[in-house]
Amino acid sequence: MNHDVTLPRYVVALWLLPALLLSAVPLPSWLGPFWPDWLLLLIIAFGLASPRSCGPGTAFVTGLALDAFRGILLGQHAFAFVVVAWLVHRFRLRLRMFTPLHQAMVVLSLLWAYQFLLFWIDGVSGHPLTYWGRWLPVLTGAAVWPWLYGWLSRHVVRH
Amino acid sequence: MRVSAPGALSGPARGGAVGLKAAVLVLAAVGLMVSDQRQNHLAWVRNVIVTAAWPLRWLVHSPVVAGEWLGATFATRERLLEDNRRLHDRQALLELRLLRFEALEAENQRLRAISQAVPTEATRSLMAEVLRVDLGPFRQRVIINQGSRHGVFLGQAVVDANGIIGQVRRVGSMSAEIILLSDPEHSIPVQVNRNGLRTLVAGTGQPDLLALPYLSRNADIRVGDLLLSSGLGGVFPAGTPVARVSEVRRDPTAPLAIIRATPLAALDRDREVLLIWFATPTVDIDTSVTPDSAPQNPAAGTKR
Repeated sequence: MNHDVTLPRYVVALWLLPALLLSAVPLPSWLGPFWPDWLLLLIIAFGLASPRSCGPGTAFVTGLALDAFRGILLGQHAFAFVVVAWLVHRFRLRLRMFTPLHQAMVVLSLLWAYQFLLFWIDGVSGHPLTYWGRWLPVLTGAAVWPWLYGWLSRHVVRH
Repeated sequence: MRVSAPGALSGPARGGAVGLKAAVLVLAAVGLMVSDQRQNHLAWVRNVIVTAAWPLRWLVHSPVVAGEWLGATFATRERLLEDNRRLHDRQALLELRLLRFEALEAENQRLRAISQAVPTEATRSLMAEVLRVDLGPFRQRVIINQGSRHGVFLGQAVVDANGIIGQVRRVGSMSAEIILLSDPEHSIPVQVNRNGLRTLVAGTGQPDLLALPYLSRNADIRVGDLLLSSGLGGVFPAGTPVARVSEVRRDPTAPLAIIRATPLAALDRDREVLLIWFATPTVDIDTSVTPDSAPQNPAAGTKR
């Protein structure tokens, strides 16, 4: 599957909305720090498979929705999402050729870049959050990636 | 969902357009962040968004509520009876305490009348339910189901049965966001109950841990000291319990002591919280008085 698929936009929206809700589900406190950034994982997955229905524009709107939903600095997640979505778009042809494990490593670095941007904006805007647990979703996100993407490409993004 | 795959359209030519779009969006996001952070222009935008997000938040909250309702409906008879007995016992105990409390309150009023201070007691309170919505794993904030429609205002103090929880940080029409004591951005002026020492208690990001970062190494503070709100700043009513000191470390090489405290309120477990209105003991300082027009009544000057 090394060429672009074009999913209808409403399909992408139908997947992103539950992911937005999933990011706000109340969790036991031990699980909270391990909860992956589902929304970003989906943006990467759809951006990889169907770039024309999930590009930087979708990432921007989704990020803004997440900012509003969480009541933090407007534009923070939008910024980080757009950067990641652009990177995915730029390297999607190569990314698709990788084995799942190799892909997961790239996703790990994308998630790390995302978390680093948030960390940086937190610091600049004067709410630094230096607790080490904030980097855990990077690891768990990369760990679930092969299954998430495998499942999506088998059931949602078929040719 | 089967879709067509027109791969021919994608090529290097599209990459530039997407890059441009991404650059514009990044700039837009930066603009948004700056205007949200520096100027408070986006307050009304936020209000609209918070109101729009209300149904979604309710959607996240509802399965938990449904689960609790099911649990309550199918509770066994024995458990209900046992609960009932326990609550009866507790009620008797509380009534006994209330009797004593009323006597103390009357005495307190008399003493306050003597010292001519205005009492700082809650004049009105409102129960609010905490929505089971997670606002990010490291942000110590919660959403409650009361908003400006119910009279909630920005900076309002929020308490539970054991002590202060936090203050209202953002108000929508149907809901409000509370910043908890434990949020890294929050600090509260307190007084040590034992000796009246004043300082600030700051949040750490962990719900069961607060820090007292501004006390010097030789400050008179011990493990077990009760910290009450001092009422400075006018956000919290004076004399409300806040936390108990749990750890005091005095490093001979550091100028400041490392002090930790445990909040008395159950910050991360509360389902219901109390919003309170209280009369702030304000003293009108007459700025028009110049040194040569000395006050006629010398007693008036000592009031402040």
